[in-house]
Amino acid sequence: MNQPLLQVRDLYKTFAVKGRTMGAPTRRLQAVSGVSFDLEPGETLGLVGESGCGKSTTGRLIARLLEPDSGQVLFRGDDLTRLSQRQLRPLRRHLQMIFQDPFSSLNPRMRVFDILAEPLLLHGLVGRRELAAEVRELARRVGLGPEHLDRYPHEFSGGQRQRIGIARAIAVHPELVIADEPVSALDLSIQAQVINLLRDIQQDFGLSYLFIAHDLAVVEHISDRVAVMYLGRIVEIGPALELYRDPLHPYTEALLNAVPVPDPNPNRSRPLLTGEVPSPIDPPPGCPFHPRCPYAKEICRVELPALEERRKGHSSACHFADEVGRLRHRAG
Amino acid sequence: MARGFFRDIVWQRLRRNRMAMAGAGLVLLMCLLATAAPLFGVDPGAIDISARLQPPGPGHLLGTDDLGRDVLVRLCYGARISLLVGFVAVGIATAIGIIFGALAGYYGGAWDAVIMRFVDIMLCFPSFFLILAVIAFLEPSIWNIMIIIGLTGWMGVARLVRAEFLSLREREFVLAARVLGASDLRVILRHILPNAMSPVLVHATLGVAGAILTESALSFLGIGVQPPTPSWGNMLIAGKQTLGTAWWLSVFPGLAILLTVLGYNLLGEGIRDALDPRLKD
Repeated sequence: MNQPLLQVRDLYKTFAVKGRTMGAPTRRLQAVSGVSFDLEPGETLGLVGESGCGKSTTGRLIARLLEPDSGQVLFRGDDLTRLSQRQLRPLRRHLQMIFQDPFSSLNPRMRVFDILAEPLLLHGLVGRRELAAEVRELARRVGLGPEHLDRYPHEFSGGQRQRIGIARAIAVHPELVIADEPVSALDLSIQAQVINLLRDIQQDFGLSYLFIAHDLAVVEHISDRVAVMYLGRIVEIGPALELYRDPLHPYTEALLNAVPVPDPNPNRSRPLLTGEVPSPIDPPPGCPFHPRCPYAKEICRVELPALEERRKGHSSACHFADEVGRLRHRAG
Repeated sequence: MARGFFRDIVWQRLRRNRMAMAGAGLVLLMCLLATAAPLFGVDPGAIDISARLQPPGPGHLLGTDDLGRDVLVRLCYGARISLLVGFVAVGIATAIGIIFGALAGYYGGAWDAVIMRFVDIMLCFPSFFLILAVIAFLEPSIWNIMIIIGLTGWMGVARLVRAEFLSLREREFVLAARVLGASDLRVILRHILPNAMSPVLVHATLGVAGAILTESALSFLGIGVQPPTPSWGNMLIAGKQTLGTAWWLSVFPGLAILLTVLGYNLLGEGIRDALDPRLKD
C-alpha cells in the first residue's frame, strides 16, 4: 500500500503541425515535455495552467486516449503505455474520466438510463436483473431522480448533465478519476455544487482525483496537492496550502495574483502577467517563462531550470525560487 | 415520456414544412400504388387485341397500349420495379459508403489515405457511362441494374460519413466511451454512427430519386428492365412511336417518374432543413 496509485514518469508528447502550403515543413508542437508526478490513493492532485499548457493532454495521455511519444504511466504497478488497447480494456474500470463540456460529453442519442447502464454492462459488474436498481442508485447518488432516467441529454441543464457524466465515471467504482476541467463550463453557483458532489463521492469511494483546471481558485477547495504547468512542463508542485501561501515559482505567483480578491484598496499594485503564452511550436530557449518573468536574469535566457525539491514535498523549476514572493502582494 | 431529438424537433419541423409533406405524400402515394397493384386483379401482361390503343376512359382509366394492356395496371407494376430499384440500389450504396467512410474517418492515417484516393478514382468515372459499359457485358436484369447503380453511387455517402466521423471521434462522449473500455466496433456502431446518420438519411432520400431516374433512363435506352416486365422507362419508350395518336402511353409513365422524383427531392430537402441545427424555430 506504500506504492503510489499513479506514477507518471517523463511523459513527452508532440503533435505534428502541417505547414499551410504544400511542401512547407511539418513542425512539431511540444505539448507535454517531461511531466512526472505521483498520486497517492485517496489523494487529489490539482493540475493547473493556462489554456494550451498541456494539462488536458497530460490527462488524456494517462488515460491512453492519446499515445505518448515516450515516458511511463505506472498505474497500480502496470505500465499503461506498454499495454495494447485490448490489454488495457479490463484495467480501464479503475481509471475513469470526467469531461469539461457537459453538452458534448453525453451521447445525444442515448437515454440517461442507457448512458449509465453502459459502463456496468461493459465490465459485467451487474446482472440484467439488478441493472435497473443499480442505475437508479447511481442516479440517486449524484442527485438525479428515477424520473430523469428515461430522458435524453438535451432535456437537462449543464449542471445536471455534468452530474450524469460523474455518475457514468463512478459507475465502475474507479480508483482514479481524471477530471478534465469538470466545472469550467458551469455557472459559479453550480460549480460549488458539483465540487461538493465530487468531494462527497471521494469520501464515500476513497478514490483519487487528478483535477485539471485553469483556475487556481477552483482547485484550492478540492486539492491536497497542486501542480502548476507552463508550456508542457510542471514548473511547481507542492502541498496545496503551502503552494498558495508561499509559492516558489514566479508563474504560480502571477497566477495567484490574477485571482480576483475582494480588495478595499483598488490602487494597490498587483503585478499581473504581461505578454502572451509563447508558442509551444517554438518555445523560448532557457526557462520557458523568462520572457514574462519579473525575476528573469541572464541565466534564465540560457539554462532550463530543473524541477528541484526546495522544501519537503514542494518542488519548483526556477533559478531564483528563493526570491519569489518579493513581488507578492496578496494578503497572506 | 421517451422523446428523442428526432421526435421532438425534427419531426415537428418536418410536419410544418408543406413542401416536404407534399413530397412525403407523393412518395407514399407511389408506395401505395405499388403495393395495391395486384388488387386490380388484372395481369399486367394480359393482351387484349380487341381493346388496343383505347384512350383514357371508364373501362381503362389511363387507357390501353398497342397490345390492349391496361396502362394504369402496368404503371402500378412499374412502380414496384422503380421503387425496388431505388431502395435496393441506394441501400447498397449507403451500406458500402458507411463502411468505407467509417473506416476512413475513425482510423484515419493509411486507411483514410487509401480509401479516399479510391473514392477520388471512382468519382473520375462518369457514372452513367460506366453503368452503360458494365451493362453491355452483363445481362440487363433488374438485379444487375440495382447492384451496378449501388456500386457506382457510394462515394458521396463515404465522404459524408468520413467527415462526420472525423468530427465526432473527438467529441467527449466518444472519448468517454473509449475510457470506459468500449471496443472500437461498439464505439463506431453505438456512439458515432447514430450521430452521423442525419446527412446520410438526406443523401439516401435524394439518392432514391437519382436511382429511379437512372433506372428509367437505362430502361428507356433498352438496356434496363426488359419487356414484357413493365417499368416506367420501357413504357415511356414503347409509347414513343404512337405519341401523336396515343399520347397517354408516354405521358402517364413520364408523369409517374416526374412526380416520384419530385416527391423524393422535396422530402429529402425537407429533412435536410429539419435537421439543420442552425435553423431555429
